[in-house]
Amino acid sequence: MEFYHFTEFPWPYLPPDDEFTSMRVNLPSSVFDPKKGSDLYHSYLDQHVLADELGLNCMINEHHQTATCINSAAPLSVAIAARETKNARICILGNPAANLRDPIRCAEEMAMIDNISHGRLECGFVRGVPYELFGSNCNPTETSSRLWESVQLMQKAWATHDGPFNYEGRWIHKRQVNVWPRIYQDPHPPIWMTGGSDVNHATRAVESGFTFTMFLTPADGMRKMFDGVRENLKKKGLPKPADDLFSFMPLLAVGDTEEEALKFVQEVFWYVTNNKAEPQFRAPPGYVETPLYANFLSGRFSGGRTDAIRTKGMEYFRENGVAVYGTPDSVAKQLKSLYKKVGGFGHLIAMMHSGDMPFKHTAKSMKLFAEEVVPQLKDLGTVSSSLGPLKDRGTPVKASKFNGRTEALASARENWLKQQTKKAKAA
Amino acid sequence: MASKTVRAIRGSSRTYNLPIADLYVQQFGSGAPLLWLHSEDYYELDLPLIQKLAQKYKVIVPWMPGYGKTDLPDTVRTVDDLSYAYLDLMQKLKLEKTRVVGFSMGGWLANEIASKDCSRITKMSLVCPVGVKIGGAYDRDIEDIYYHPTATVQSFKFSNPQKDPMVPKELSEEEAFNLARAKETTAKLAWDPYFHNPTLKYRLHRISVKTQFIWGSKDGLTQPKYGRAYAKLMPKTEFTTIAGAAHFPHVEKPDSFDPVLENFLR
Repeated sequence: MEFYHFTEFPWPYLPPDDEFTSMRVNLPSSVFDPKKGSDLYHSYLDQHVLADELGLNCMINEHHQTATCINSAAPLSVAIAARETKNARICILGNPAANLRDPIRCAEEMAMIDNISHGRLECGFVRGVPYELFGSNCNPTETSSRLWESVQLMQKAWATHDGPFNYEGRWIHKRQVNVWPRIYQDPHPPIWMTGGSDVNHATRAVESGFTFTMFLTPADGMRKMFDGVRENLKKKGLPKPADDLFSFMPLLAVGDTEEEALKFVQEVFWYVTNNKAEPQFRAPPGYVETPLYANFLSGRFSGGRTDAIRTKGMEYFRENGVAVYGTPDSVAKQLKSLYKKVGGFGHLIAMMHSGDMPFKHTAKSMKLFAEEVVPQLKDLGTVSSSLGPLKDRGTPVKASKFNGRTEALASARENWLKQQTKKAKAA
Repeated sequence: MASKTVRAIRGSSRTYNLPIADLYVQQFGSGAPLLWLHSEDYYELDLPLIQKLAQKYKVIVPWMPGYGKTDLPDTVRTVDDLSYAYLDLMQKLKLEKTRVVGFSMGGWLANEIASKDCSRITKMSLVCPVGVKIGGAYDRDIEDIYYHPTATVQSFKFSNPQKDPMVPKELSEEEAFNLARAKETTAKLAWDPYFHNPTLKYRLHRISVKTQFIWGSKDGLTQPKYGRAYAKLMPKTEFTTIAGAAHFPHVEKPDSFDPVLENFLR
């Protein structure tokens, strides 16, 4: 299993709760003080360096027009991490491919980052949370289709090395596509996708050989989704996907004692308690499947995962695997149990910072996690034996066979290259 | 919501499979043809006024694809695209000297149709139509129904929100599904550019038939000054306001609205 540290780059200095209606979309930027903000950026970027020093990977995301996340252009902080870290895999999760008007620009950015990091990029693409549709003005009814078209075009652009090609698709038209630099990892970095309620989307992601990830989802929901994907793939006659095609992010805190871990996780919990948004921002028409949207309109569903779970206590979060916290042994035990409960996953993204949690608390939690929890779990699960879509990925092999993700990918790449040579010869 | 009352009115219905899109069409009464183009909120599909008009006219009510009967094809992304399906329908039904009545987005559709070909049309009545951009880049001509809270949007549409016949919490699962589908269709057609076609206003001069604009004096979604400016873009228009009503004067103030429309159509 692979482990990633995550902070969402929060802006923690909020006005009194009754003075604003939403963290998202319409909170004026007068709330942001650049003098404090510039210090915060450095503190957050330092967390990536620390993660690298501790042998952890980094996950970096982006959001727009919100105090929950001031990392509004993730490729910039990913590029900084690419330069400042040595060994960490850097996972951008992700590029809002559905809302980007120019996916080729994104393909170029990722190609540069992959080169600067010597091939340590894990490249995620997201449809974006519903709030993003307002600032991007992307039509919510088009986002799924745009996401897939953009990603497939970027895959083609990365894998093409014999000069320009033209493209006139459903949403995107491009002439003379010829991405420079050539991307470092052949044929392209591992691709990730996120998802919430749509099992067909998740199935398509894994079938494409992408790592499918869920955030802060109660274990039952995650089990249902992962099982649904595995079942769909089986029905299609596809091989069993390795664990490295599944990922999960809980809130996570490790302390010397239960009390200390509880204190830390409560600081991370800021993200959940402060993530308020006006209801209409959560459900623009066409963003979720029609029956779910119908339930939202008729009041049968409140429209917020965080709303439903916000009101319940921390113990509820722990029981459901949404928050994982405790002493190192307890955290390792909880994660093993979660792994079993959901039928396996290969990447754990640990949200170990949020709000105004002091750096030293996060650093302590990260250190205990890296030094005392990770060694108990790193050999857990399976990895793909080749690259490409699921049908070409071969039989999953034990993660314990390799010393981490980079090594496992190198082996998979070797097998993939052999396959390519064989295919070329046959042709 | 819509289907219940419409079924009570005697009429016939048929789905026309047209090259652009399938259109489900209801017809009521007999007489000169009257094409009835419903709004994005489709209150007009069961408006009692249809029955009154059916005493005198053959009222033809196509349901926009994606509003409960037929699907909006993936190839149709604008009201401009959609207008060709209606032009095909008018040809197929051999409509002549047609009276066209369009509400809000249906008014926009009416202008998309008539600006291409108004040879089958004798007059038009447009009720708070959208479809053009009047102000500058920083002006919001049409209030943002996606950005504002539901109650605020309702107050744009109805001077008295109690008059809104749509109560989502009272909908059955099937009705809620149809509402969701309709809102998705509206978003497909009108999210961006927002409820207008940037090129339509440069074609409006082609509409040579007499056109009535009816506007709610309290319309908060599209203010009367937008309506007046809109009407000026067309050669033969008259403008009437319905006092005390907002974006759906035919729902909110039928007693004032109905005679204004009926007199014009005569």
